[in-house]
Amino acid sequence: MRGFISIRDLRKYYGSFQALKGIDLDIDKGEVVCVIGPSGSGKSTLIRCINRLEDFSAGSEIRVDNIPVKAGRSLAKVRAEVGMVFQNFNLFPHLSVRENVMLAPRRVRGTSRAEAGVQADRLLARVGISEQADKHPSQLSGGQQQRVAIARALAMEPQVMLFDEPTSALDPEMVGEVLDVMRDLASTGVTMVVVTHEMGFARQVADRVIFMDGGEIIESGSPEQVLSAPQELRTQSFLSAVLNH
Amino acid sequence: MDIVDTFFNTEVLLRTWPMLIKGLWITLQLGVLSIIAGLALGLLLALMRLYAVTPVQWLTRVYIDIFRSIPLLVLLIVVYYALPFLGLRLSPFASAMTALTMVSGAYAAEIFRAGIQAVPQGQFEASAALGMNYRRTMADVILPQAVKIVIPPLTNNSINVIKDTALASVVAMPDLLKQATQAQALAANPSPLIGAAIIYVAILRPLVAYVSRLERRFGGGSGR
Ligand SMILES: Nc1ncnc2c1ncn2[C@@H]1O[C@H](COP(=O)(O)OP(=O)(O)O)[C@@H](O)[C@H]1O
Ligand SMILES: [Mg+2]
Repeated sequence: MRGFISIRDLRKYYGSFQALKGIDLDIDKGEVVCVIGPSGSGKSTLIRCINRLEDFSAGSEIRVDNIPVKAGRSLAKVRAEVGMVFQNFNLFPHLSVRENVMLAPRRVRGTSRAEAGVQADRLLARVGISEQADKHPSQLSGGQQQRVAIARALAMEPQVMLFDEPTSALDPEMVGEVLDVMRDLASTGVTMVVVTHEMGFARQVADRVIFMDGGEIIESGSPEQVLSAPQELRTQSFLSAVLNH
Repeated sequence: MDIVDTFFNTEVLLRTWPMLIKGLWITLQLGVLSIIAGLALGLLLALMRLYAVTPVQWLTRVYIDIFRSIPLLVLLIVVYYALPFLGLRLSPFASAMTALTMVSGAYAAEIFRAGIQAVPQGQFEASAALGMNYRRTMADVILPQAVKIVIPPLTNNSINVIKDTALASVVAMPDLLKQATQAQALAANPSPLIGAAIIYVAILRPLVAYVSRLERRFGGGSGR
């Protein structure tokens, strides 16, 4: 049985360096998967392959909702279904917050300005940024910017949301507000793949936790299994390093 | 007294003023049209240099390097005096505009390229992740940000184009400089040349000041 996101033998090379060493992974519709692991283990590379921000080796295969993720016409379809939130927000600095959220629906979907504006205001209210809609991103705090970035991705009504360390660039006091938005999102049935170091979030919200190291999935299972009773030595030493730092 | 009569002879200046204004008008037409065409060419070249298939990128680079190396006067003379041997005879205005555009386009290409490359990679990635295609990404995300970076050096480039229009007088273009030299010959007095110099400065000095202000504000960038 293949998952809503299905990844088969995913290999990725940067030059001669192999960043992903044959990943097999199936993720169900509506599932929330947290990916943990040490820096350089290939977590970002893995999720960036899912919407093909990185290309990958020819023999590898990724499908989202049964659409192959490969260069060409189908890639636009995949990207329309897959939203992404980056560590550094990557908001468009020359546009207002509302315009950031409106841009893709207007340009990709052809939504009218009025309709996109209404939708943007609804999404900004949902992430608690209504007051700032007319400001530019640089006038917002990091936590607010990341919530705008989430609203911007949601504007394309994606079935899948990818998060690459969404709280790692934030001051500690702003981490909570972003995680709250993500927790809400998880309860709406959106499929989520979240690279994170927030073990509390993973424990509470994830349906499954995946531990990666050296370009491979070392261990995978429920948060209880992986975080509380890890079987693999590498998982154990990673967790003890993270929890005791 | 002598110096004033020789170089700042108001009577001569007033008499030859209409000639200078006619020349100025042609200089401005030539300058502005060449600037606009050079900007369009430069943007096209920059996009080709960055995103075309490899052989085209390479050819674009060769073009840019050649036209940044060739002295404008040489190019102008080649266009005006050599192309007719190939059966291509351009008017002085068209020759001057062609040469100015080809050269300023090469400089503008490098400026646009630097501007586009100064936009963080994350902006391309965010656009791609939202499903925006290459054209939309450029038009809505990258170029609006690059424009801010390229305005000071492009203004510098435009100042150079207007200055370089004076070279067109060698192919018998009745531009400001040519008109001034003719007026000087007619009046047997160099005051029209001084008048032309003052006009050039009066037009370009505000642009120069504008660039300095922008560069101080953004803290960067020089043209050529
Ligand atoms: N653009 C790149 N060029 C070369 N090597 C890269 C590039 N991106 C990532 N890598 C390497 O691939 C490995 C995995 O990186 P990444 O997926 O970013 O890890 P993680 O997100 O788990 O920290 C690292 O060793 C990193 O140095
Ligand atoms: Mg990473």
